[in-house]
Amino acid sequence: MALTMTGVTYRYAGTTQPALADITLEIESGMVLGVVGANEAGKSTLCLLAAGLAPATIGGRIEGRVEIDGLSTVATRPSVLAQRCGILFQNAETQLSGTAATVWEEVAFGPRNLSLSLSEIVERTDWALDILGIETLGPREPGRLSGGQAQLVALAAVLAMRPAYVVLDEPTSQLDPQGTQLVGSALQRLAQETGSGMLVVEHKTDLLASIAERCIVLVDGRVVTDGSAAQVLADPRLEEWGIEPPAAVRIGRAAEAAGLQDLLLSAVSGRP
Amino acid sequence: MGSGSARAGLPEFVQPLPIGPYRSLNPTTKGVIAVSEALIAFAVRGWTGPLAVLAALVLTAAVARLGRSLLPFLIATVPLTASILLVNTFLFPGATDRIVSIGPFTPTWTGLTAAVQATLRVVAFAMSVAVLVLTTRPDELVADLERRGAPRGVTFVIGATVRTIPRVVQRAREITEAQRARGLDTEGRVWRRVRGILPLAAPLVFGSLNEVEEQTMALEARAFSARGHRTPLRLFPDGAGQRGLRWSVALGTALVIVLSIAGTLAFLP
Repeated sequence: MALTMTGVTYRYAGTTQPALADITLEIESGMVLGVVGANEAGKSTLCLLAAGLAPATIGGRIEGRVEIDGLSTVATRPSVLAQRCGILFQNAETQLSGTAATVWEEVAFGPRNLSLSLSEIVERTDWALDILGIETLGPREPGRLSGGQAQLVALAAVLAMRPAYVVLDEPTSQLDPQGTQLVGSALQRLAQETGSGMLVVEHKTDLLASIAERCIVLVDGRVVTDGSAAQVLADPRLEEWGIEPPAAVRIGRAAEAAGLQDLLLSAVSGRP
Repeated sequence: MGSGSARAGLPEFVQPLPIGPYRSLNPTTKGVIAVSEALIAFAVRGWTGPLAVLAALVLTAAVARLGRSLLPFLIATVPLTASILLVNTFLFPGATDRIVSIGPFTPTWTGLTAAVQATLRVVAFAMSVAVLVLTTRPDELVADLERRGAPRGVTFVIGATVRTIPRVVQRAREITEAQRARGLDTEGRVWRRVRGILPLAAPLVFGSLNEVEEQTMALEARAFSARGHRTPLRLFPDGAGQRGLRWSVALGTALVIVLSIAGTLAFLP
């Protein structure tokens, strides 16, 4: 069982230039795949394709196959796909339904759409809030949350659909350092405690380094490198591609350039 | 204990809060009453329609203990009612029964009568909306309509519209502050304010449209287009008495409007 893309090329409606070209990747249950790339590299398009929203909701032309646990995203209704693959966008505000009086009801919005029994809705909602450590936000009004809290509520709303896969499109891009830390630690917990496969697009490579096992780099809609997160995030070409490497990599390089590598290694290992 | 029945396992804060006999009526009953009041205020000619509705609203507001909370709604009608009073009193077409001559202006009794009647209709309408809004949370009305099988698209539009207004106001405020920081004058004389609104409109409209696209996708990702009825979280009291009240109000309103249009109620002032 996996979320797979096989030879996928995608063009937005009214355009001839592909936004993504010849993408092949696989996300198995429990695996976290990080995606990095400069602006306009096709990262958000990749997210929409993985979640089945492109082309079903936004149109466009697709070649190749996107499958979620064997279901073709082109041939399956979005409401069915929503139970297999959830997606979290950058802006938490637009993801909240705007109809709920409390955070708890906001998180319950999706399960209610599925016509589940009340006990199932309660169980899923409590679980989603609990797994992200935000159960105390339950009675709060969704419109009065901080950016980080709102993003966690939006993520809880996605998780309450119990998807086997979660796609996160730059979940911390609009957050301050405190909000980033809040969401970052929740994602780490999520990756450890649930068996969900995750595709995480993130500019903040430090965060990716802490949660992703594998990483790919997108440049102009194509995958230019694919490997273990440690390997990809230490690739010397990252800066060429407009991506800032994680702090640890930058410090290592600076130490190397200054001839302090041995000193740094001994500091890290604790040996003289 | 909530006015709606507690459903198994639901947190207490999800239950509606009852305060007083009118507030704890079924949300749909309150909705039907509000719509009927607004319709009668506008559809029944003369003084009877608006005055009868206003009397009912004053009584309802007293029972619901709304008091001063109605004030902002009444103040909101001032620009409209002021223009109605001025235009009708001074420019009523064909009216010759002048009250007094003030230079080129000639207010008439006919115009003044029409103006006061129209003002009462607007005030009655505003108060009917106010009483509904102040006694019923939007999500309660939406939840009850959903339970009755109203299409989820319709109920979503009702709920989202009510809850989107503060967000649009907040966004407008942010854009105004940003424009002001870049030297745009949004205060002072009316003309300056009008000029200040123009650069505000484009980012507000385009920003909102952009949000709509993302919100649509977010809704799809939460199975909004799934088939079947959404599971209700709350159940509201809805006995035979309330059903009878709703039907009586709805049928009574329809009857009064038909009789008014047919001229049967012409004997009323």
